[in-house]
Amino acid sequence: MTAKAIQWLDDRLGLSAIRELMDHKTVPVHSATRWYYFGGITLFLFGIQMVTGILLLFYYRPTVAEGFDSVRFIMTRVEFGWLIRSIHSWSANLLIFVAFVHMFSVVLTHAYRPPRELTWASGIVLLGLMLGFGFSGYLLPWNQISYFATKVGTDVAAGTPGIGPSIARILRGGEDVGAPTLTRFFALHVMVLPLITVGLIAFHILLVQKNGMSTPPWIAASRVRHLKFFPNFLLREVMVWYGALAVLGVLAAIFPWELGEKADPFASAPKGIRPEWYFLAQFYTLKLIPSHVWIFEGELLGVAGFGVLAVGWALLPVWGVNRAGEARTRLVTGVAIVLIAYLAAFTLLGYIK
Amino acid sequence: MLASIASFLYPVLKFLNPPLITEAAVNEVVAGKVQDLKPNSGKIIKFGNKPALLVRVSDTEWKAFSAVCTHLNCTVQYRDSTEQIWCACHNGTYDLNGKVVSGPPPNPLTEYAVNVRGDEVIISRRA
Ligand code: HEM
Ligand code: FES
Repeated sequence: MTAKAIQWLDDRLGLSAIRELMDHKTVPVHSATRWYYFGGITLFLFGIQMVTGILLLFYYRPTVAEGFDSVRFIMTRVEFGWLIRSIHSWSANLLIFVAFVHMFSVVLTHAYRPPRELTWASGIVLLGLMLGFGFSGYLLPWNQISYFATKVGTDVAAGTPGIGPSIARILRGGEDVGAPTLTRFFALHVMVLPLITVGLIAFHILLVQKNGMSTPPWIAASRVRHLKFFPNFLLREVMVWYGALAVLGVLAAIFPWELGEKADPFASAPKGIRPEWYFLAQFYTLKLIPSHVWIFEGELLGVAGFGVLAVGWALLPVWGVNRAGEARTRLVTGVAIVLIAYLAAFTLLGYIK
Repeated sequence: MLASIASFLYPVLKFLNPPLITEAAVNEVVAGKVQDLKPNSGKIIKFGNKPALLVRVSDTEWKAFSAVCTHLNCTVQYRDSTEQIWCACHNGTYDLNGKVVSGPPPNPLTEYAVNVRGDEVIISRRA
């Protein structure tokens, strides 16, 4: 009976081609194999965001008048509402952390070298989209902290030379952060970003599938064993996902996400205002740059600096690879370590100061 | 080909750009009663659709500024302990003439004129 059903499906869908693909997919096993899990964890957490985000949509109302109260309603009245919202918030933060770990592991194992330039590029865009999710989602509960964080964030965008003011206007839906901003951020957060992200994730994974997993240049091909992806690696991956889910559950249960106070455009910015941790390094840098450096406005200089840094980083497969297509391992590892040290130190400083 | 793409994109871009809402420019507002604000304290009031900061320096001396920090747009506040204006976002401080004392703000706060008529405090844009 089942054999017949499978045959029926196979005739129509060509399942054997998929089975063949599954049979042939393998994962190299060596001392750095553990880093292969992080892309998968990021994917899993994105799945969590989709599910919990859709659940939140059943109650959340994207207006200045009702936004804050609808989130409070979710937190206090809806059964398990606090859990769903806390998981959405915690998982968002974990996701971004894991995505950074994934990125730096790719750099330190030099997986960006040919033929994986497009995998790298799509990964960079995905990370940008995740930051966009975080920035737009942060405003949705419409509380004091997120209101001012969004004012500052969009004003940083306004500082971009030339097109900055137009970008800020389009983001805010007006001259200032207000009701139109919330509508726009909502549209971005639940429709625009998810659609683009899902498409790009598919592209990213398709490329991984096509090119296989890269092996770090210092590991001799002869010393590498191969593990079948289905089911062996996948099962291990699922175990890791369960671990991630457990961490999430514990965090959400012990530290439910706070709601704060409702935003009031006619109140002073509260003490202790700061963005989410993944913007802290930039935040702290902006705080340190004096108002004027030589003839430039400090803020402009900071923003331009971040822009140059981001573009340079996105172009890693260009400057990190020599003519023969081999990774410039020393250079890239050095740059990566400096970058990690900067991000870690400034995030910490931004946190304690 | 290019022309047709442009003809699709142009309306979309225009659509995204929010229409200008021309609001009657506010030049003067009643900020409150004299007795509502103690000496050496400040409060945020609405000046059109932007926040303004009214400071009662002493019994008779009043000051008012745009409360929009010139750094990145946060709303500033008066600190009675230092008798300065402070921005919580990146720790910018201004003195009671609106001049930057420390921190990242690049420009002084715009100062408004304050007039007391009877028991009403009135703030207006300077000519
Ligand atoms: C399809 C995907 C998603 C949907 C439908 C969705 C939906 C929502 C909704 C309705 C809210 C408002 C409720 C609330 O504030 O608790 C929200 C908040 C938020 N979202 Fe999402 N989301 C999605 C994906 C993501 C992703 C991928 C991230 C992060 C990388 C993210 C980060 C956030 C953050 C930080 C908040 C604010 C949390 C808070 O303080 O309440 N979301 N999301
Ligand atoms: S916004 Fe006021 S100091 Fe940065």
